[in-house]
Amino acid sequence: MRYLPHTDADRQAMLGVIGAKSIDDLYVDVPRSALLDAPVDLPHHQGELAVERALSAMADKNLSGANAPFFVGCGAYRHHVPASVDALIQRGEFLTSYTPYQPEVSQGTLQMLFEFQTMVAMLTGMDVANASMYDGASGTAEAVLMANRVTRRHRAVLSGGLHPHYRETVETYARYGDFEIASQTLDPDGVQDLAELIDENTSCVVVQTPDVMGRLRDLTALAEACHAAGALLVAVVTEVVSLGLVTPPGEMGADIVVCEGQSLGNPMGFGGPYVGLFATRDKYVRQMPGRLVGEAHDSEDRRGWVLTLSTREQHIRREKATSNICTNSGLCALAFTIHLSLLGEAGFTGLAGLNHEAAQRAAERLAAIDGVAVLNETYFNEFTLRLPRPAEEVVDALAERGVLGGVPLSRLAPDNPALSDLMVVAATEMTTDEELDVLAGALQEVLS
Amino acid sequence: MTATSSGHRGLVMEEPLLFEQDADGRTGVDLPEAEGRKPKLGGLERKGRIGLPGLSEPQIVRHFTRLSQKNYAIDSGLYPLGSCTMKHNPRLNEKMVRLPGFAMAHPLQPQQTVQGCLELISTLAHWITTLTGMPGVAMSPAAGAHGELAGLMTIRAALTARGDARKTVLVPESAHGTNPATAALCDYKVESIPANERGRIDVDALKAAMSEDVAALMLTNPNTCGLFENEILEVADVLHDAGAFFYGDGANFNAIVGRVRPGDLGIDAMHLNLHKTFSTPHGGGGPGSGPVVLSEPLVPYAPLPYVVADGDGFRMVEHDDSGNSFGRLRSFHGQMGMFVRALAYMMSHGADGLRMVAEDAVLNANYVMARLKDAYNVPFPGPCMHECLFDDHSLKDTGVTTLDIAKGMIDEGFHPMTMYFPLVVHGAMLIEPTETESRESVDQFCDTMLHLMERAKAGDADWFHEAPHLAPWRRLDETAAARRPVLTWKPEEEKGEAA
Repeated sequence: MRYLPHTDADRQAMLGVIGAKSIDDLYVDVPRSALLDAPVDLPHHQGELAVERALSAMADKNLSGANAPFFVGCGAYRHHVPASVDALIQRGEFLTSYTPYQPEVSQGTLQMLFEFQTMVAMLTGMDVANASMYDGASGTAEAVLMANRVTRRHRAVLSGGLHPHYRETVETYARYGDFEIASQTLDPDGVQDLAELIDENTSCVVVQTPDVMGRLRDLTALAEACHAAGALLVAVVTEVVSLGLVTPPGEMGADIVVCEGQSLGNPMGFGGPYVGLFATRDKYVRQMPGRLVGEAHDSEDRRGWVLTLSTREQHIRREKATSNICTNSGLCALAFTIHLSLLGEAGFTGLAGLNHEAAQRAAERLAAIDGVAVLNETYFNEFTLRLPRPAEEVVDALAERGVLGGVPLSRLAPDNPALSDLMVVAATEMTTDEELDVLAGALQEVLS
Repeated sequence: MTATSSGHRGLVMEEPLLFEQDADGRTGVDLPEAEGRKPKLGGLERKGRIGLPGLSEPQIVRHFTRLSQKNYAIDSGLYPLGSCTMKHNPRLNEKMVRLPGFAMAHPLQPQQTVQGCLELISTLAHWITTLTGMPGVAMSPAAGAHGELAGLMTIRAALTARGDARKTVLVPESAHGTNPATAALCDYKVESIPANERGRIDVDALKAAMSEDVAALMLTNPNTCGLFENEILEVADVLHDAGAFFYGDGANFNAIVGRVRPGDLGIDAMHLNLHKTFSTPHGGGGPGSGPVVLSEPLVPYAPLPYVVADGDGFRMVEHDDSGNSFGRLRSFHGQMGMFVRALAYMMSHGADGLRMVAEDAVLNANYVMARLKDAYNVPFPGPCMHECLFDDHSLKDTGVTTLDIAKGMIDEGFHPMTMYFPLVVHGAMLIEPTETESRESVDQFCDTMLHLMERAKAGDADWFHEAPHLAPWRRLDETAAARRPVLTWKPEEEKGEAA
């Protein structure tokens, strides 16, 4: 077994030092009835080549953004990741290290996380960010819990434009955390008013921009309405690249900003692992969930970094902690940080511009097809089409033609019949004119 | 420490923050020109600069390479953190997860286009349920604590379905902090159960604490003292007789994988940390993956989404028409990247190799205990499982603490053990060598630990208080850092404003 260094002679010698006759002597505390005498019913060990063949065969069964014209978004996006990102995150000192509890031998991870926190705060227009959450949806649920703590209120208002998976996640946490949810139903025909749903028990309003249909929203008036009622505004961004072009939620008055950070540095990878970004105002920092890295000095007064304010966390505060989160998304945060530092100011804003233009080209091209209408007046890199047929059928028919055409909104919210003929289409810097030609041709064929 | 003019110390390079290396006009990417279209942003264009630094690719590569060199890692040495299972991370697994068919698949593609992904999830689920002897597994949780949350929510959903509104979760004193934190997140009242003099849960205290209000007990087994809960079958009976569920924290599954199935111990729900037992890399703090196995009465209430075999293929159930599932926990359906790595790991070892994993892990820990037990006090006699626990009794009157020993280990080239946890002994030192350490490596570690104790007993307390002496950094002042937290870098002019 290539991963196990002991020889049988080692094992015997070590058992001798321990004073045990056999390995079974070390399992004496296990009830005899529960100790297995033989291996379980699974295949036996295999060499690299055999494992590689078996897993490659599974991977080859998938159509993907690597081998098909690709327009799928709604919370995960196909972007180009520079080669040096993957090379650097595979350095063993990053890949195979633990959470940096021992700062003297973890300065690499700690400094990187400090840079990550700074960049997330910059992008979102906020004061402070944590060292990452699992993903956008769980981060959003944590934001609502935090707003409940800050305001000591127990009712969250969720915008209809919030990604249905995010809404469902918040609802799950609410059901068990004993707080109330007021959810709007998604209205495909316009941006809905939220201020009227705020009452004196409301801890926060959760609003996504661009929303699940790709529409942008000015949050300024809503932030004022929240603050007038003593509630917080939680802004959700599922496509972090949009922040290269769009006014950040922090500048529009948001109190907590949660983003899905997958787009930078991390592959779509069939849903995870991703990296949740979580940013807020200085005054709420002690109510934040998750890890925080802060500047420190050593006994020779050299600048370094440590995990800090950990009295908020589960390993110190146990049942009184701000969250139960422990392991988060360290390596995904590293990939995010490397990608964003390669881009820099000019590259990141430039990338955002390319995405917006790719989406405009796609929208114009698809709107020209008979019976197809683009519903968005505003969008960043994805938009919603109204089709003359149920979108799910259309998406399946496109897939039969080898085209990954978009997301039928009915898949995300099957209980809302108003969405059945809507399809969300995303385009990024990776979308080529050839791909767009294939999609347009296939869509025309499917609809005729 | 000798000062140098550059700030570098041999191969350990001083490295400023990215923001301190910024120069306008530098970039690490070359992008095509924009067409210059009129934006469709509804007037919401970003006005000001973001503040991101500009660096070229060689600078970025050097920056992160230098940072990496300031980290301890499994690749560079034995990493004895107890309850963390820092084992070798095979590189085959990294290669597999990067296959484009996995890496470039989108979670919302039509299901007929991602049958390979669904097959992988289904295959991994089969390995997990077979190894644990449990009928079902919820794959979606993102990490161990998220798995605990899924498990407790499933339990609460099952109780609610039978009209049983229990409000208390029992947690042993020795539990990981995530256990009580998770129970609180599910709105349960947490009650602590003491340990007995053998470092196990006190079954009499458990019986005394049982009532019709108890929803579940959360028990780590092997426990955080490194011991197998030998009365576990009785514990399960006590819980089940009172209508409560038995939650197992599977953080320490590495000790028993292939040798003991939690399903044979009466457990109803247990998360597995794929980033511990199944070797997906820790990555400096994640990502993890925390699938939770479930007993028959709990399976109907499992979280969404889940994969089922359907005729010749596989189907992912994203919406539950029965109304039983307690709901969704995250954006998509699981840590697929960790699934690929974990399955590659399991297939490489096979049923025979996984059994050897547990046995060698337990062998190594008992070997460490045997070699150190005359020098370091063992609060609870062995045999231990995959980790061994010492307290600070042997350091009495030396002026040296557990923390000092930990910092001394850094000078000796080892990452410290888990310290001051579990809370049931004074000055805990919890050591988990894992099965991927050779006998030579474990011996060198033991020699070092013995040397440190000799040094402490020889009256070298001052050296310990100053340790580490040779690490890239000396002891960092965490108290001062928390008093006035600096959590982001700010340009000089803004620092002035804030002051």
